[in-house]
Amino acid sequence: MTEQPLLRLRDVEKRFGDFVALDGVSLTLRAGTVTCLVGPSGSGKSTLLRTVNLLERLDGGAVYLRGEMLGFTRSGDHRRPVPKKVARRQVVNFGMVFQSFNLIPQLTATENVALGPVEVLRVGRSEARHQAHELLTRVGLADRVDHYPAELSGGQQQRVAIARALAMKPSVLLFDEPTSALDAELVAEVLAVIKELAEEGFTMLIVTHELAFARDIADEVVMMEDGRIIESGPPQDILLNPTTERARRFFASVSH
Amino acid sequence: MSTHETLEPSAATGDETALHTLPIRDPKRLAHWLSYAVGAVVLVLAFRFVVLNPHWDWPTIGSWLFSRRVVSGLLNTILITVVSTAAGLVLGLVVAALRLSGFAVLRAMAAVYVWIIRATPGLVLILFVYFLAALMPTLSLGLPFADPFFEVPTNQVISQFSAAVIGLSAYLGAYSAEIFRGGVLSVHQGQFEASHSLGLSAWQTYTKVVGPQIIRVITPSLANEVVTMFKNTSLVSVIGYVELLTTVQLVYSQNFKTIPMLTVAVIWYLVLTSLAMLGQSRLEKRFGRGFNRRVVKSAVSADTVGQEERHD
Repeated sequence: MTEQPLLRLRDVEKRFGDFVALDGVSLTLRAGTVTCLVGPSGSGKSTLLRTVNLLERLDGGAVYLRGEMLGFTRSGDHRRPVPKKVARRQVVNFGMVFQSFNLIPQLTATENVALGPVEVLRVGRSEARHQAHELLTRVGLADRVDHYPAELSGGQQQRVAIARALAMKPSVLLFDEPTSALDAELVAEVLAVIKELAEEGFTMLIVTHELAFARDIADEVVMMEDGRIIESGPPQDILLNPTTERARRFFASVSH
Repeated sequence: MSTHETLEPSAATGDETALHTLPIRDPKRLAHWLSYAVGAVVLVLAFRFVVLNPHWDWPTIGSWLFSRRVVSGLLNTILITVVSTAAGLVLGLVVAALRLSGFAVLRAMAAVYVWIIRATPGLVLILFVYFLAALMPTLSLGLPFADPFFEVPTNQVISQFSAAVIGLSAYLGAYSAEIFRGGVLSVHQGQFEASHSLGLSAWQTYTKVVGPQIIRVITPSLANEVVTMFKNTSLVSVIGYVELLTTVQLVYSQNFKTIPMLTVAVIWYLVLTSLAMLGQSRLEKRFGRGFNRRVVKSAVSADTVGQEERHD
């Protein structure tokens, strides 16, 4: 039985001026799977994530969520961008977690988490606060619900950001180097939360440099370089027995 | 130095255990006492110069401060300031939005507006508006080279009051537009990206997420402009509008008590400026939420104090 993939990228291209950031990337995510994107900086991992989330507009190819093309609609012999309202509805399918957290500084942890549900999903205020408390408890921050971001450590801020992404009940969670801005001792607490979510069956696309973590939780590891996918497959195959020389060198350089 | 005094005895006796129990105090230095002396001298001089100085003529100041003429001038100053500030800030918001818009033509128009207004002295601007009839005898609404839908003689629209308000709000419009634009540019790009990812509309992003951050950043500069506006209203004396400064000038041209009358005006400007600064500090407090240090109320605060503080 072959089910329709949840997320499908076909020949995605993205250029910044003359620089080709994504050079025909195709990728399929089945529901409930975890995909880790690895590769050297500048290889296009983050751009790929941002393109899926419509933070960047792709220049060629397409992204489909449950068969629906994102960001564009057919108009005769060409495509044009969808209206902003449609784009916002599509974006809400993704929960994005940024490298630099991007919490809203003038809002408490609870207010950060409840903002999207109240403003976008039109959930009642008290209901949204209640949900926010539950989510913050789930990421281990029951005692920090009324703190402002500046009063939290980096690891705590990132966990609030994860709770905020979960609050929108997304179909896919996108993580853009979620632990790269954290001190070494705070990385573990964030990775533990992500791992828990993976075990609960969330579909996730994670850009990461934590190869041990990728091996631990990924169903598929995808390695990118120069805007292309150069290897992909189950983590034990990719990380332990890479077929390309470039991948071998990359893994050797980061694992020590 | 004090380190010698405390180190040597214990070093001599070899008694290091007592050192860690000694309380720590900052020494009162000579400069510290000197600063008090300077302050006292300045205070005495100022008191002698302002209060005891008979030439200042405090009785005259007292008799004019709440006089009907001065208060009426003061009310005109407040009226022009409030109307021009409101109109100027709205104009500034629109111009800033145009300068940040995706349409090159609108961006260029806004940039030219800011350029011209910044280059024109406020005085000239007010005179231009007041004598607009010389350039444009009638004001009409319609397309170029077609019969207008609506037409009115310029002099019917341009009074001293309206010329003052148009001139001053055009002035504030250009300056505040730059302040608003600077405020938008100061917001971290990640805030816009987080709002996008939550599915917030542009309106929601500005009102709920970045707006409060912008207000926090621009409040000091905007307060500056509003305080300047109180005093810029005195420019409208050139077109004969009787506000506070014009009032006292008219009075001292008759009674020759120049300094006392100007002091009357300055006292009222001090009061108005104090009110504006009070408003500023309340705004700063309100929009400093999440930025200002505060006492954490939850039961776990002891634990938090030990946490590394982060400020982005």
